[in-house]
Amino acid sequence: MKPYLSLSSIQNDLNEGRITCVGLTNHYLKNIDEKKHLNAFVEVYREEALAKAAEVDARISDGTAGRLAGMVIGLKDVLSHKDHGLQGASKILDTFQAQFNATAVQRLLDEDAIVIGRNNCDEFAMGSSNENSAFGPVLNDADNQRVPGGSSGGSAVAVQADMCLVSLGSDTGGSVRQPAAFCGILGLKPTYSRISRHGLIAYGSSFDCIGIFSKTVEDMALVLEIAAGPDEFDSTVSASPVPSYSGSLEKLKGKKYRIACIRETIHTDGLQEEIREATRNTIENLKKNGHEVHEVDFPLLEYLLPTYYILTTAEASSNLSRYDGVKYGYRSPDSGTLETMYKNTRTEGFGEEVKRRIMLGTFVLSASYYDAYYTKAQKARRIIRDRTKKILEEYDFIVLPVTPTTAFQLGAHSADPVEMYLADLFTVQANVTGLPAVSIPNGSDREGLPIGFQVIANDFEEERLLAFSKEIMELE
Amino acid sequence: MDADVYSKYTVVIGLEVHAQLQTQSKIYSSDSTEFGNSPNTNVSVITLGHPGTLPRLNRKVVEYAIRIGLACSSEISRYNIFDRKNYFYPDLPKGYQLTQDRTPICIGGTVTVSPKNAEDREIRLNRIHIEEDAGKSLHLPEESDTLVDFNRAGVPLIEIVTEPDLRTPEEAYAFLAEIRQLVRYLDICDGNMEEGSLRCDANISIMPAGSDTFGKKVEIKNMNSLRNVQRALEHEIERQVMLAEKGEEIISETRTFNETTGTTSGMRTKEELNDYRYFPDPDLSPLVVSEEWLAAIEEKMPVLPRELVKKYVQEYDLPEYDARVLTDSKEIASYFEEIISHTDQYKAASNWMMGPVKSYLNEHTIEIGDFRLTPVRLVDLMKLVESGKVSFSIASQRIFPVMVEDTDSSAAEIAKRLNLIQESDSGAIEQLVDDVVADFPDKVTAYRKGQKGLLGMFMGEVMKRGKGKINPKMANELLRNKLG
Repeated sequence: MKPYLSLSSIQNDLNEGRITCVGLTNHYLKNIDEKKHLNAFVEVYREEALAKAAEVDARISDGTAGRLAGMVIGLKDVLSHKDHGLQGASKILDTFQAQFNATAVQRLLDEDAIVIGRNNCDEFAMGSSNENSAFGPVLNDADNQRVPGGSSGGSAVAVQADMCLVSLGSDTGGSVRQPAAFCGILGLKPTYSRISRHGLIAYGSSFDCIGIFSKTVEDMALVLEIAAGPDEFDSTVSASPVPSYSGSLEKLKGKKYRIACIRETIHTDGLQEEIREATRNTIENLKKNGHEVHEVDFPLLEYLLPTYYILTTAEASSNLSRYDGVKYGYRSPDSGTLETMYKNTRTEGFGEEVKRRIMLGTFVLSASYYDAYYTKAQKARRIIRDRTKKILEEYDFIVLPVTPTTAFQLGAHSADPVEMYLADLFTVQANVTGLPAVSIPNGSDREGLPIGFQVIANDFEEERLLAFSKEIMELE
Repeated sequence: MDADVYSKYTVVIGLEVHAQLQTQSKIYSSDSTEFGNSPNTNVSVITLGHPGTLPRLNRKVVEYAIRIGLACSSEISRYNIFDRKNYFYPDLPKGYQLTQDRTPICIGGTVTVSPKNAEDREIRLNRIHIEEDAGKSLHLPEESDTLVDFNRAGVPLIEIVTEPDLRTPEEAYAFLAEIRQLVRYLDICDGNMEEGSLRCDANISIMPAGSDTFGKKVEIKNMNSLRNVQRALEHEIERQVMLAEKGEEIISETRTFNETTGTTSGMRTKEELNDYRYFPDPDLSPLVVSEEWLAAIEEKMPVLPRELVKKYVQEYDLPEYDARVLTDSKEIASYFEEIISHTDQYKAASNWMMGPVKSYLNEHTIEIGDFRLTPVRLVDLMKLVESGKVSFSIASQRIFPVMVEDTDSSAAEIAKRLNLIQESDSGAIEQLVDDVVADFPDKVTAYRKGQKGLLGMFMGEVMKRGKGKINPKMANELLRNKLG
């Protein structure tokens, strides 16, 4: 079977009887088997996916199939999927079974999406290389010596290597867009609160977003419009109406935009030369298409990562307190007293990066340092959001690279966490501000490693963002 | 120690009162709050803190908290943030408690207390805030492990924090009694301290009389009745004064009260306390209390006990004692209110409530809610007495018990059936009076010579011969006439 890029081509072939969902599922299962070494899946639901595929086939012939009939998806191991394992790629949730479906998962299932398995990721979504997983690292299918990016590395590789059509990840500081760029696929982080967080394992609650990996903007738009919207289980979810993102792609075609390009991101020394060139080329092509592009200053760039790390680690230190060995998951065999149970369970159950962030977060929230760090970072967050919004008052979009470099070698940044954190330099702005952003494939470097192009839009302007992304995908 | 020693010190007490709000479901989930269910049955993934779960605020909780704030004249916060209080304990499923640190729903306010044998005093509140209860750790003798029951986890609480305004254990007792009465009137908590739906921690210190610098504060926990709060504080004052007299240091610590010995003992010193790392919960949107919502809550506020007492004394001219007894519980008060909506005989109504009704409830150990005689039927009986057809004592001793059981017959019907209607025919009464006057000529002479006290004897004789069914007023009048 040929690799499919879009749901519409799959549905065409299904409707014409050229393929079946069972056949399609077997195709993905075969790819998963053949590329087992990539370690993209923590668990594959072979029998279940085939059974569901047979059901969907029956519904297609009945004419009762849902809108996602024929879409085989992967779920990052931070999304609750009833009666399936859920671990956040951590030992501390060893044996844990989810008892409910995340709202986003439920909505996709209701439209007949087939879940083929759960994807490997960085532990509790903390990482930029997918090397922090209790299940071992994920490898980039473009070059097996290189990382796929993180934290949703498994989800990105699953789409990259044709193990499923679409996958859901989560993006707290770039965890969808950065691996999408490293793997040469599309990755979307919607506006904060656009998709319910119910059923998403919390890392930094005021940053966490469920995101989407795909190969076409159409699939991304369709999945978003199904997954997004009000949800009684998440009181922070937005009540703003969900437009038909997929329907708007054609409608908004040909619109001319004013676009801002953040000067500091293009001119920084740390930017890989080929990425600078690819970004400039795309900008030139956009101008040729009739868009206005201007360079703007954003002098707050250096405050993005500190703000992001102070606030997310603060929230994470509290969010991860529930993993204590009392109620579920891993409990150290050496748990003679309450204190040893806590200490040993958490020492043995959490990986190094998670422990580092819990300690950082505990520190910044401690009484003596709260104002110096947490309060100040909240203020910085507000200022960063205001400044970014100011740009978006004048411009329709902000464009910038997704990453300073293309996919790096496994182990390249393991010794120095700060070096690793720099991989998120360009992606955290959308998380600190809550704005929607997309990573779009933008060619590759000399070694054939994919490059990404990032577009940030105003709050809840995914409709325009996706239509514009489609245009960029179709550029020369 | 003699009283002189105590008079050298001023006692400073502040209370933290937790009240479980009697909402149907928990504060952040739809789990039931019912007390006494099997362990870990009122639990869902939200209560258990499963990964990916988020809290959903039960607005009823906010409404209940606002009610008590209005009752205490607190300022109501219009913009509320919920904070996480982080600490590890097995009965705390999320590893943090959702509470309000920086924006309590009620700010300030006062509660008037009436301590026994002392003047009323106004106690200032610092705040009232909303939080969630934790589960319960069970240390069963037959189990080597500690077991945890999460049924209580997520049950809504309010915490009422006073300023350090209380000066005696009696005032602390009175404060708690006041709060208990208030939460019951407001229908927000059952006020049961033994079952733990109302809990109290006390902060207490002493300082030399006349000083304005507070001493080292000791926190006392584990007092499960009003009486025990008073006992614990009495003991703690004695302990602290003794230490001070010996020149020993009082250390800032948390102590637990032992009900059996009536003493307190140290649990942990304040220095060992956690840094709770409070910060705003990102999973709950800030809650805004709109003017409309607040007005709707205000509209539904019941009349509070102290207002009722004032009304009964000032408008109905009832003794303060009566007024207090009648307003002791909301149910008694509303029963009384219904009686007086049908009659303006306030004192008579009060007498009925404080006498026959109370005795009946006590004898049968039932609450007024289970009392079968409706206020309207009691008014029917009161009117029969008023009309002179039966005396109060016949009505209360003979008719009242029957009316409670026989819910179909009117007071008059029962009186007739039992042949208890008073003789009000003046001819028949006159005949009896004439007979008595004729039978005691010596006494009549003595009376007429000035021994007016004999009137009672004549009355008694008339009533006896009339078998208690004589209208005493008429008999009295006729006797006076005949005796001249």
